[in-house]
Amino acid sequence: MEIIKPGINIDLVGKMKIAFTASLFLIIISILSMALHGGLNLGIDFAGGTLVQIKFSQETDTNKIRNSLKTIGLGNSIIQRFGYHDNNEFLIKTEKSSSELKGLSSKVEEALNTSYGKEGFEVRRIEVVGPKVGKDLREKGILAMLYAMIGILIYVTWRFELRYAVGAIIALTHDVLITVGIFSLMDKEFTLPIVAALLAIIGYSLNDTIVVYDRIRENIKGVRKQSLKDIVNSSINQVLSRTVLTSGTTLLVVLALFFLGGAVIHDFAFAMLVGITIGTYSSVFIASPAILVWESISPSKEKRRK
Amino acid sequence: MSDKNIKVRGIVTIVIVAVALFFLMPSITQKLPSVWKDNTDKIHLGLDLQGGMHLVMEVETEKAVESSMERISNDLKDLLMEKRVRFKRLSREDGAVTTLELPNKEAGARFRKILKDNFPNLDIKSSEIVNGSEKVYLKIRDKQVAAIEKFAVEQSLETIRNRVDQFGVSEPEIIPQGKDRILIQLPGVKDPQRAINLIGKTALLEFKLLDEEHSLDEALKGNVPSGDIIAYGYRVESETGRRAKIPYLLKRKTLLTGESLEDAKVSISDRFGEAYVSLKFDSQGAKDFDRITAANVKKRLAIVLDGVVHSAPVIQERISGGNAQITGSFTMNEAHDLAIVLRAGALPAPVRILEQRTVGPSLGQDSIDKGILSIIVGSILVILFMVMYYNLSGIIADIALFLNIVLILGALAAFKATLTLPGIAGIVLTIGMAVDANVLIFERIREELRLGKSPRAAIAGGYSKALLTIVDANVTTLIAALVLFQFGTGPIKGFAVTLSIGIICSMFTAIFVTRIIYDYFVWDRNIQRVAI
Repeated sequence: MEIIKPGINIDLVGKMKIAFTASLFLIIISILSMALHGGLNLGIDFAGGTLVQIKFSQETDTNKIRNSLKTIGLGNSIIQRFGYHDNNEFLIKTEKSSSELKGLSSKVEEALNTSYGKEGFEVRRIEVVGPKVGKDLREKGILAMLYAMIGILIYVTWRFELRYAVGAIIALTHDVLITVGIFSLMDKEFTLPIVAALLAIIGYSLNDTIVVYDRIRENIKGVRKQSLKDIVNSSINQVLSRTVLTSGTTLLVVLALFFLGGAVIHDFAFAMLVGITIGTYSSVFIASPAILVWESISPSKEKRRK
Repeated sequence: MSDKNIKVRGIVTIVIVAVALFFLMPSITQKLPSVWKDNTDKIHLGLDLQGGMHLVMEVETEKAVESSMERISNDLKDLLMEKRVRFKRLSREDGAVTTLELPNKEAGARFRKILKDNFPNLDIKSSEIVNGSEKVYLKIRDKQVAAIEKFAVEQSLETIRNRVDQFGVSEPEIIPQGKDRILIQLPGVKDPQRAINLIGKTALLEFKLLDEEHSLDEALKGNVPSGDIIAYGYRVESETGRRAKIPYLLKRKTLLTGESLEDAKVSISDRFGEAYVSLKFDSQGAKDFDRITAANVKKRLAIVLDGVVHSAPVIQERISGGNAQITGSFTMNEAHDLAIVLRAGALPAPVRILEQRTVGPSLGQDSIDKGILSIIVGSILVILFMVMYYNLSGIIADIALFLNIVLILGALAAFKATLTLPGIAGIVLTIGMAVDANVLIFERIREELRLGKSPRAAIAGGYSKALLTIVDANVTTLIAALVLFQFGTGPIKGFAVTLSIGIICSMFTAIFVTRIIYDYFVWDRNIQRVAI
């Protein structure tokens, strides 16, 4: 079976300008969205606060939960349904952490006890993150991204050349920005697992990019007559079949995770879905054409010799 | 490549897979010989999968330094008085700074000599002349401060360990983190609040005399006599059931602390069936208690726990046996936990909760079930896809995929790594990416075949050309995974672990193992057509 026919030669590099414009547009929207939302919707991992996940045995709604929480002064906490509708699971979130409200979770439990009875609900998860830890994690998360990028820059420069490394970093930054932007647009919460997803996306997108680069490097050695633009374009086409296939199989499993993995992992899987799609696109349309742009700004030695 | 070579590589593969299975089996079935079970472990599940509590506590080391300063400045005061050095207003200010005023040069000189001879850990931070007398600011030397802080963390760690051990949690993990943090993992804890109370209680037990000479009302108005403090106790009013706050005027001086305890246990009172904690002092403590009670008959002695007065009974007579008790309206659990913390000793400084994550057992089981379902469904989809797309070669890739999963799980068990929910996501992701290596190889082989090469040459060419690409692509992913490992806390670390192991295993199965199968067919069986 073949999805991409052998010998295919689409002028992908020729669509560079359209791709760059589209990407720029997406990035601007992402940044605008973040600016308008006043930054990311940080989960308690980064902002600090308390989260309690409760499963009710009977159908209930947020208003009823809110009313029972009013007695302990938590009426204005964020209360939202978690997972599928018939699960009767809810998340209760407050910005306050334990240092301000000691034993918050047991207070929540007491308050719900009076309205739902002891058997009426089950506390399934409690997370309390102090502001100090939130700040630590925020800094560590940003540093992790940075270190990963630097590590990659060094490795790719060593194995290939600096211009490849720069192209890869541009593509990765592009992927991360847009994925984060989509989270912001959909007002999804940014949590610790999402950082993990972003790093996995970096790894995945890079994997894709390297495969294309590898082919470009190989073809540059082999064919001397062609222009760099043609080499890049034919290289992308040669590995296109593989790019589509691998994205396909990876998306298959991530889809399985997205639909079957449960509510806790749902956002993580969503980030992966977005990231893999963007990452595949960027390795074709951003990372490799970026080499051409770099080349036009500062030509490599071989070219100058010609 | 010769026949023998295939055999060697085959044996290597079988040995590796056998080792992986050896470590993996205990996680799958219980029906194994005990020699096997005793020497291997089940895959260790993270708290998010098995349920339990994750706590990060911060030791407020500055409080330990402050109380150390308090003690030293009391000693200094006593010594200055004993040596008849004139001074005024010796007091500990906010933080660990003590100030005092010296009225003249002579007092200043004698004070400095005493300081030098008897308080090597104290340092004059600064001094100034105020209204003709010298005001001196004292601080503890930096080196000593560091030592106190270090000791406070170590001591807290030890104390918390003791408390958790006595509380009865299986396989707790209590480890220091950074300079002043303690990470506590308690699998299977059902009542998180109770565990937090038990771990986080400072449990500083003090015996202080009530000041019955001065007026409590006067003190409450703000005129606290020097050497006295006001402390509060609680009493449940039997009619209303409300908790009433009762003030006490106590002498500041602590006569005895929980350090002198030998044992503490729960007892039930005969008359009311109420739970209380009975204390037994060690031999020195018993002597001190004997002396204190003898000297203060008919006076009231307050039992203060973490600044709260639990009771203030009148000393009826000298108590020589070295026994005392703390009463109060305790539930059985509260009394039981109080006995534990008193036995384990007080924390040298208060601790603060920085992070708490508790997952109930039912959510954990849910996550496991859903995770396994995702792995199975994801695998089946990929397996079917590969067979559809690459025919028999797809089956070879599927065999590699299957071995890959076995190896990942085996490695997790062998290295005692922790499997978390993001870790399961890592496995699922690896499954998608593991076939990537085979896709790369197969696409190359197809290219070579299109050039009209023989199966043998096409396979050799495909593998050799794809190899570098695969290594480069995987190493970069590995870099991201390793950074994640460095950065990660609990569950995230789990993701980095499975992703890293998955990448390494997939290189072995997708390159090494599939090649053996191909070589077997094209060399041993002399197959002339590659179904790819």
